[in-house]
Amino acid sequence: MAIKGAVVIDTERCKGCAVCTVACPNKILALSKNVNGKGYNYCEATSDDCIGCASCAMVCPDGVITVYKVKL
Amino acid sequence: MAKELKLMKGNEAIAEAAIRSGCDGYFGYPITPQSEVMEYLMAEKPWEKTGMVVLQAESETSSINMVYGGAGAGKKVMTSSSSPGISLMQEGLTYLAGAELPCLVVNVVRGGPGLGTIQPSQADYFQATKGGGHGDYQLFVLAPATVQEMYDFVFLAWEVAFKYRNPVMILSDGAIGQVMEKLYVGDYVPRWTKEEIMKISPWATFGKPDYRDHNIITSLELDSAKQEIHNHKLQAKYREMEEKEVRYEAIECDDADYVFVAYGSSARIAQKALQLGREKGIKVGLLRPITLFPFPKKPIAELSKRVKGLLSVEMSAGQMVEDVRLAAEFRCPVEHFGRYGGMIPTPHEVLEALEKQIINRK
Amino acid sequence: MFNPDIIKPENLVYKKTSVLTDAILHYCPGCGHGTTHRIIAEVIEEMGIQDKAICVAPVGCSVLAYNYFNVDSQGAAHGRAPAIATAIQRLYPDHHVFTYQGDGDLAAIGTAETIHACNRGENIVIIFINNGIYGMTGGQMAPTTLLGMKTATSPYGRTVELNGYPLQITELLAELPGTYFVTRQSVHTAAAVRKTKKAIRQAFENQKNKKGTSFVEVLSNCNSGWKMPATKANEWMVENMMVKYPIGDIKVDGEIIKK
Repeated sequence: MAIKGAVVIDTERCKGCAVCTVACPNKILALSKNVNGKGYNYCEATSDDCIGCASCAMVCPDGVITVYKVKL
Repeated sequence: MAKELKLMKGNEAIAEAAIRSGCDGYFGYPITPQSEVMEYLMAEKPWEKTGMVVLQAESETSSINMVYGGAGAGKKVMTSSSSPGISLMQEGLTYLAGAELPCLVVNVVRGGPGLGTIQPSQADYFQATKGGGHGDYQLFVLAPATVQEMYDFVFLAWEVAFKYRNPVMILSDGAIGQVMEKLYVGDYVPRWTKEEIMKISPWATFGKPDYRDHNIITSLELDSAKQEIHNHKLQAKYREMEEKEVRYEAIECDDADYVFVAYGSSARIAQKALQLGREKGIKVGLLRPITLFPFPKKPIAELSKRVKGLLSVEMSAGQMVEDVRLAAEFRCPVEHFGRYGGMIPTPHEVLEALEKQIINRK
Repeated sequence: MFNPDIIKPENLVYKKTSVLTDAILHYCPGCGHGTTHRIIAEVIEEMGIQDKAICVAPVGCSVLAYNYFNVDSQGAAHGRAPAIATAIQRLYPDHHVFTYQGDGDLAAIGTAETIHACNRGENIVIIFINNGIYGMTGGQMAPTTLLGMKTATSPYGRTVELNGYPLQITELLAELPGTYFVTRQSVHTAAAVRKTKKAIRQAFENQKNKKGTSFVEVLSNCNSGWKMPATKANEWMVENMMVKYPIGDIKVDGEIIKK
């Protein structure tokens, strides 16, 4: 059984603290080269290896990450 | 309303009035000369009768903040203390005023400064009527002169406090707190139910229902433009109090050539001095401010237009006299006579002061 | 966006709780305040007590906490939150009153209020954020600042001679008979956040059962005050803060389990 996840990041509210990038077990999150309206390099997914574990959302101080998961 | 005659101390009358007026919570800390307030409450166990909460806090700082919490949650809450304790409460009072919370604080004043004395005094007038803590604010200040007024003003305090969302202070003194007099007490006013609180104080933090946003009680506003608007609102409220809530008693002022201005214990002494003066053929009157803020400026201004002099009689080194002078606007001589440090003036020395400082002034 | 096909309501596993408002948190990037706010709000949502929860916010970085918790809230004077919470809880005994306080607020200026509320066993929840520094005023020394730690008011490092010892107030409070549950947790990893949330849930459950005071210390980074990036600050916290302030339950069901 495979687990597939996805994250939706509210990039405008993200402050680019990078705490989620450390928390992600598959290290799929990274700070973007682009910035949001406040000038922060926001967080973004860099591959489709998300397993929907929500570790990133768990440590996100600003609650900007929404997580989805399916078991295939 | 059924009236019942009782004999009690001024401090006990405050406590009895709290229970009978539907007070929800009393939070206090012992200090002479007002410890009977909490002692009486603890002995009466109002939590069994009306559900009123009574709690001895670890300090006056804590008790005034308990009042803040309860008041912010829409409850009728109060504390009492005496001068040094009231100084400790100034932080809480300015937050209460800033957050516009209705509550009652009783100050049974003793002589100062510092630890001072435990004897009666009126030396906290400035502190009570000019804010006391930091920032532009006013307490509504009531000055009882009898045990009956100690009782009655608790009821009046709730009315004013909730009408204006403002802290009310009963500024008493060690004499009124300790003296035993007869008084009439009335029926028990039931404590407000949560439904009533939600209606009377929809701004309060009683738990967020689904139908409204969360309520926030705070005195903080980081945006100066908004803070100034808040200050304007407070000032408008104080001006409205000055217009509508001034209370005073005028005794034999109609034909008076000279008028004592005195509140609380001093007013009782001045009234006797008035009689002594009248016996000597001096036409003396007495104007007794009942509200110290708002101060009875208008009646004093009127008197100043036709009398030969005003004598402010206070158990302080001269505090209220400044407000009397401001109201009189130099239309007539205004002098002060005071005993302080816990000393109480005699009627004879009050009359003598009138003769010396005003009637026979050089 | 990766895996867009699974982004459907039925596959949702995590979203921000509605017990937090939509206001943007003013905290520095990576600060543990936001994380702690979120899990408190989640507990309130999961327990269905939003209409009974009343937050008492402190003075300090979290002075505006009342803007974020979507519950009725009061802003306290510096250090006085436990006194305020005491009164509200006694006047509304079936409500869930909690304070949210930092180390300066709770362990310095508010020490008396904290100790006496805990000693009376007030049926309140106290959430204590310990980052060893005064964040809001610009990084001054706090009662919990570690020895040797440089702050704006201990620029050469805290010394015993000049500043005394770091205050382990949580261990001290555990000694009081009024406290029922005392724990120290942190929010620097996903596992730690889950444990902290469990502890906060326990605290509110205790309150529901009228057990007395529940006290949850949360170690947090203050990356601005410590002058390092958030991810580095979390590492520094593990290596330094957790030595002086070890993680774990200290008192459970009224019994001290860890000295």
